[in-house]
Amino acid sequence: MMVKEVKPVLPPVLSTKDVHAYFGAFEAVKGVSLDVEPNSVTALIGPSGCGKSTFLRTLNRLHEEIPGARFEGEVTLEGENIYGRGMDPVKVRRKIGMVFQKPNPFPSLSIYENVVVGLTLAGIRDKRLLDETAERALKHAALWGEVKDKLKAPGTSLSGGQQQRLCIARTLAVKPPVILMDEPTSALDPLSTARIEELLGELKKEVTVIIVTHNMQQAARCSDRTAFFLLGEMVEYDRSTAIFTNPQDRRTEKYITGRFG
Amino acid sequence: MTTQDLYAKLDFRRTVVNRLMLGLLGLASLVAILPLLFVLYYVIHRGLAGLHLSFFTALPKPVGEAGGGLGNAVLGTLILVTMGSAVGVPIGIASGVFLSEFKRSRFANTVRSSVELLAGVPSIILGIFAYALLVVPMHGFSALAGALALAIILIPTVAKTTEEVLKLVPDHIREAGLALGLPRWKVVLRIVVYGSRSGILTGVMLGVARISGESAPLLFTALNSQYWPRGIFSPISSLPVQIYTYAISPFDDWTQLAWTGSMVLVAVVLIANLSMRAILGGKKA
Repeated sequence: MMVKEVKPVLPPVLSTKDVHAYFGAFEAVKGVSLDVEPNSVTALIGPSGCGKSTFLRTLNRLHEEIPGARFEGEVTLEGENIYGRGMDPVKVRRKIGMVFQKPNPFPSLSIYENVVVGLTLAGIRDKRLLDETAERALKHAALWGEVKDKLKAPGTSLSGGQQQRLCIARTLAVKPPVILMDEPTSALDPLSTARIEELLGELKKEVTVIIVTHNMQQAARCSDRTAFFLLGEMVEYDRSTAIFTNPQDRRTEKYITGRFG
Repeated sequence: MTTQDLYAKLDFRRTVVNRLMLGLLGLASLVAILPLLFVLYYVIHRGLAGLHLSFFTALPKPVGEAGGGLGNAVLGTLILVTMGSAVGVPIGIASGVFLSEFKRSRFANTVRSSVELLAGVPSIILGIFAYALLVVPMHGFSALAGALALAIILIPTVAKTTEEVLKLVPDHIREAGLALGLPRWKVVLRIVVYGSRSGILTGVMLGVARISGESAPLLFTALNSQYWPRGIFSPISSLPVQIYTYAISPFDDWTQLAWTGSMVLVAVVLIANLSMRAILGGKKA
């Protein structure tokens, strides 16, 4: 494997060491180690079935929710092993939020309720705190202007792109230092996609984003670093400019020039 | 024969077969709803004559005396169904949630098959079961035994519909909840179950409507009574059993009461069903 060591400028907010993920006997992720710089956007690219989504889901311990799933290795968040003894997955997920491929606002809740659900269900009742959080999260997700007059409308009444930004706001409301995004724009039209891409630049001022994408232009445009996955292995991890202009591995070059995958 | 001729012939055949099949389907649907219409017509036609306020407020009169009502049976059914639901609905919903949300465990598979089997057991058998369980050791028929028999019938119905409704909630909704750092039980109760409450309620209403019309399991348990309910340890009257008793009696007054009782029972079930639909507004869970 030709994994070029990238020396981060800042100490990594999240780092993985020799992560293996299995579904039953199938090894979907085969020993991935990478460091993620704080306040950056890291893109994971690679053909379908290369293990990038599975890898992403090991980072907030959602992988283990699937029957037959297994994990080996180490994931460190702000110096703490999230797979350590006595570590509660629920606590991990409060610090590592996730946005999914399909927008999934809770259908029975209003826009407002969707944004603050992570707080209300954690027992926070303070109306002022909730209102402030909702407004800040919605502004941060660039949705406030479109929904401020209809916060009581069902979350599912919004368009697909708005729903996805609602899901981002819902994740931001819990204030996680890291947000994982699993192909967040693949179900959206180009305009909505562009809005979310713009948003990524804003988001990284406060959080660290790790994004799985099938769209290589997206990875090139929005990410600081890119990791290329193939058949469960991380082939190359480097600054995005380097990956897309001067890949070190033949397979990376072949993939980004569209010759396979 | 040219290709066009062939197509024309095929088209003609297709049209004929299509019309024929549509006609058959329509006919079958008509046959399916005809019984409902006939039942409604007949029950109203025969029952309306006996519908007075006294039907709901008076006790049955002895044979030969005019008037009287089935007030005790109406009240008895209300008590039996309330008690049966108080036991059956929570257990049914809880089992349904368990079946849907913890479907991986082996225990869940056992429970699922048991629930399906239980749903298929004829209600009279469940009546005999409640008889053996409560009536024999307590040396007497009782409202309690009747309510228990009804609860046993209610549990699998509610559990099954709850499971089905919750299975409609896509997994990515559960994952969204987990990803927010919510504990699993909160995701299940506050997001999945809460979001499906209308569907669950529909299942509960259908189940309750069903047990309110059961007579077989009550024959061995609650028996019947000519008096106002006297507590949960005494026999109690119920509309279905009273209808059964009076319908096979040779007296015209009693037969009339049975018809009116049937009408009331059908009306209650129908109104419950329709109002449920109106409240939910045809909204899917």
